[in-house]
Amino acid sequence: MKRGWAGLSVVSILVMVFLYGPILVLVVYSFNAAHLSMAWRGTTLKWYAALLHDEALLAATANSLLIALVSTLGATCLGGLLALGMEQMPHRRQQMIEGGLVLPLVIPEVMMGVALMLFFVMLKLPLGILTVMLGHIVFNVPLVTIMIRTRLRKLDPALREAAADLGADSWQVFRHVTLPLLRPAIWGAVLVAFTVSLDDFLVTFFTAGPGGTTLPLKVYSMIKSGVTPEINALSALLLLISMTCVALSLHVQRREV
Amino acid sequence: MPDHDRASPHAPGRSSCRSCWLAAPGLLWMGLLFLAPLGLVFAISFASRGTYGGIVWEFTAANYLDLLHPLYGKILGQSLWYASLTTAICFVLGFPLAYVIARSPARWQPVLLLLVMLPFWTNFLVRTYAWMILLRQDGLANRFLMGLGVVDAPLELLYTPTAVVIGLVYGYLPFMVLPLYVAVERLDPLLVEAAWDLYASRWSVFTRVVVPLTMPGIVGGCVLVFIPSIGAFITPDLLGGARSMMIGNLIQHEYLVVRDWPLGSAVSFVLMAIVMAAVVLYYRHAGRTAETLEGR
Repeated sequence: MKRGWAGLSVVSILVMVFLYGPILVLVVYSFNAAHLSMAWRGTTLKWYAALLHDEALLAATANSLLIALVSTLGATCLGGLLALGMEQMPHRRQQMIEGGLVLPLVIPEVMMGVALMLFFVMLKLPLGILTVMLGHIVFNVPLVTIMIRTRLRKLDPALREAAADLGADSWQVFRHVTLPLLRPAIWGAVLVAFTVSLDDFLVTFFTAGPGGTTLPLKVYSMIKSGVTPEINALSALLLLISMTCVALSLHVQRREV
Repeated sequence: MPDHDRASPHAPGRSSCRSCWLAAPGLLWMGLLFLAPLGLVFAISFASRGTYGGIVWEFTAANYLDLLHPLYGKILGQSLWYASLTTAICFVLGFPLAYVIARSPARWQPVLLLLVMLPFWTNFLVRTYAWMILLRQDGLANRFLMGLGVVDAPLELLYTPTAVVIGLVYGYLPFMVLPLYVAVERLDPLLVEAAWDLYASRWSVFTRVVVPLTMPGIVGGCVLVFIPSIGAFITPDLLGGARSMMIGNLIQHEYLVVRDWPLGSAVSFVLMAIVMAAVVLYYRHAGRTAETLEGR
């Protein structure tokens, strides 16, 4: 029998409780009828109903969806092409670009936010939805490129060589062999980029300006002005959306194997 | 096969790389909207502040020298301290979990890893907000402690350094578990068995067998937790008070409140230097773990 197993298991269960407890409390309390206290005053859906009548919130949601849609589309095109274009480069250059693509993922988001803000201000571009879209594409391109590249490298080169030997030109090889094989990875990347854009706070915070309020910015300003049951309900909804996106992304990528 | 080289997708295109130009738009985008803005911040960190908050392009190192002021030094120091403490706590909590997952039946492992990662994929603001509910004066944590009779009056939990560290641990624990899992999974259980059979104590099995053999995973996990912790903004902003400010908050404060862009830029580059040092450490000691993870 494995020694020390019981102790390790107990700690692991406690860590899992630590990970899921707070989320669970949040969701449960979004159904609590009490307005200000943590005491339980019965179950209600009124906080969810209140969200539907919050005009500013609905406008922010619309902004978020539009930004996520455009930035996902832009990043998927740019990142997908980048991944394809890198494939035939000399190995050293590939490594260099790959290293450069990790940079946006590791540098603190605050820094990316202020850098973009300064850049836009210097260019005299008014901060708004457009600048937020431009910024979101910046952090989504590396994500898409890395995901599609990982899949490209796993493809059997023989498949494409066979198509070429049978007389397909490079466009036909791409259209009828590479693209269908990449499809699951592309959809996976689309969902990840969409989720990341929808959830982003910091880059948006610095590049939004007055006209570009997104859902996370709205949530932030609500939290800053005090804890209310409406935020609990909104948070529960956001959790549900993120988890759905992740589940979908995993599902489409699983089929690639 | 004269045509083979042209048709093969894996031919190293030294003479002709017909599809390489596909990379151009993406590279151009990143160059223009990522590298150029970073370069701009770097340049501004050596400029000085105008009377009304603008920038005067005169070369000076004064912004970096200003950072030696005790006020900034304190924020820098406590950021390093919170991030280090977070990393240590994540290790203590994450190691047992990673070990249990790696030694579970093979078909359970992906499910358990997904359970660890799932909270990470949810909105960060929401996850931080959950702790505001738990830690505030009449929150569940205080009710629980008073119910147990541990304390008589509610504790001041929210807006303290403790709350900040709890929030950071909560946010970045998954980053610790994944690399540790990969390292433990590769650790041969027979080596641990052998140590037990030779009457090694629990502690020496851990420190003299398990730790040395999982070192790449330990370094990887620690770096992956430390990097986002040191650059945190949301967690100290929502859970911390005025006295538990971190570097991220200082940057935001200098840019948006004081409007001293050159000083804010200098702080940004100090932060970036710390992060880059951690990245170098990562590639020196833990790069292989990352490749394994990526290959999964």
